[in-house]
Amino acid sequence: MDWGLFSAQFLNGLQLGVLLFLVAAGLTLVFGIMDFINLAHGSFIMVGAFVCATLAQVTGSFIIALLLAVPATFIVGLITERIVIRNLYVRDHLDHVLATYGLILIFNTATQLIWGPEGMVIPIPRWLDQPVDLVGGMQFPSYRIVIIAVGLILAVGLYGVVNHTRLGMLIRAGASNREMVNAMGVDINKLFTIVFALGAAMAGLAGMLIAPISEASIGMGDQMIITAFVVIVIGGIGSIKAAFFGAMTVGMIDTLGRSYIDGILKLVMTGQNAETAAPALSSMLIYILMAVVLALRPQGLFPPKLS
Amino acid sequence: MTAPRARPTAITWAGLTVLALLAVVPIWTEWADALFYRDLATRLIILAIAAVSLNLILGFGGMVSFGHAAFLGIGAYAVGIPAYYEEYSAYLQFPLAIGLSALFALVTGAISLRTRGVNFIMITMAFAQMVFFAFVSIEEYGGDDGLVIDVRSEFSGLFDIEDHVIFYYVCFAVLVASIYLVHRITRSRFGMVIEGAKLNERRMRAVGYPIYRYKLVCYVISGALCGLAGALLGNYEFFVSPSNIEWTKSGELIFMVVAGGTGHLFGPLFGVVSFLLIEEGLSRITIYWQILFGGLLVAFVLFAPGGIAGMLQRGERNS
Repeated sequence: MDWGLFSAQFLNGLQLGVLLFLVAAGLTLVFGIMDFINLAHGSFIMVGAFVCATLAQVTGSFIIALLLAVPATFIVGLITERIVIRNLYVRDHLDHVLATYGLILIFNTATQLIWGPEGMVIPIPRWLDQPVDLVGGMQFPSYRIVIIAVGLILAVGLYGVVNHTRLGMLIRAGASNREMVNAMGVDINKLFTIVFALGAAMAGLAGMLIAPISEASIGMGDQMIITAFVVIVIGGIGSIKAAFFGAMTVGMIDTLGRSYIDGILKLVMTGQNAETAAPALSSMLIYILMAVVLALRPQGLFPPKLS
Repeated sequence: MTAPRARPTAITWAGLTVLALLAVVPIWTEWADALFYRDLATRLIILAIAAVSLNLILGFGGMVSFGHAAFLGIGAYAVGIPAYYEEYSAYLQFPLAIGLSALFALVTGAISLRTRGVNFIMITMAFAQMVFFAFVSIEEYGGDDGLVIDVRSEFSGLFDIEDHVIFYYVCFAVLVASIYLVHRITRSRFGMVIEGAKLNERRMRAVGYPIYRYKLVCYVISGALCGLAGALLGNYEFFVSPSNIEWTKSGELIFMVVAGGTGHLFGPLFGVVSFLLIEEGLSRITIYWQILFGGLLVAFVLFAPGGIAGMLQRGERNS
């Protein structure tokens, strides 16, 4: 086995995992606490990326742009919740799917109106753009290491907030019994708004981190949001911890699957067939896992201990 | 055990009117030389068949499938892949489209129907994504870029759907037949069990019905019908690609059904008509029409629960 390649792929999987976690964390809280399916959650990825790209051009610094764009996405999330989402909590899931699907169209077109149909590139700051040596002579871009580090730090931070602060206690309480939290005199609407906007800001951050690698483009979050749904379903809905392990599972399976599945298939079939089947199977893997989890263990692989 | 024959309501009259209008569209377009509208109406009819099939499980059965576009794709590829090998016979392509869709519905339905609510939405989406990525990765059949279909299905000895007017009426006949099929199903004992299960599944089971099997049969019928719509869609577009299966397409189908009014026989028809006409109308006003469309969609959910059929019903009650 080529350990250099493996370590590079492992880091790629880790990077995809932490980005997915940033998106899935907000999604799972909104889903778990408010029982709300938000397809438009992916739009915050795009909004974050575009806002950050513009600020990076204006200020000339990616870091300053990042620090300003996160609160900006928070505010976009706040406004979205106040105007539209708030009125939909009492409706059924079908209405959620429809209205937030409409929101995707609004966000995508509004982005096109403001920033034009072309994508925007964020240059990676030079001091972050150094190759790092891995085992076996492989090199890995340092910026990607930074993404992984930022993601892991945020995951730990979020875990701390959810488990060791008053806000986190309310969030957990809301996830397990909404009515009871309300009856205890907590303004649940305010809690919802904050959680929703926090989720939006984290999704936005994922977009900002990924933009220097891919670029900010219209509809960039639409595919990622589906993967984020896979993450929270596989992990178990409503828990940050489950979202984290779910994101890591999906990130690893997706990345390692793409590089190793043809080798595995070649053990059981001819080389030609394996090469045809491998790309199809590797992109289907996470959905197969999702279907298996839903069918056999609908509470997810890492369900919260209580409830 | 059949339901008493109900008096035709405003919804029924509106639905029959739309069908009657659709029946004369080719005559009008030939006369007015507005061939563009004939093509638009053809697409409308094909999507309406798909929406009718989704309404059967979503509206009457309460099964919110977020992966119905998979059947459209399977049906279209069942035309496209044989055509790629220069096999154009409709007597091969259409049974293949219907058969494979039914088989896919049987296998995925058997697994999906063990879940409820949100999980059902998610698992149907997962299966559709599998189909999507399968076709994306098969390079032989164009992968991402899709397949061009140069020749439409050949109904040798019957008619020639290369003729646009004949194709139009073939699609129209399928639409009328599928609406009639759903009408008969919902009036049958089978349909009542399905609707009963939507209202109270536990009670229906307690009464002694094997609900799982009933729902699975319903799901297979719906999938097969949607596969047929897919075969027509492939013929209509002379093209098939994975973009037919994208999750946004499944979302659009859901929207059409809900906008029309779930659980009403003609609901999907209203939904598709308004969807396509609004899309067409708005896209003439501005290239940024999607923002208006999205706004309408949100406003619709917020202010018009029950869809168009619901509005007709309220109008009738108030008068």
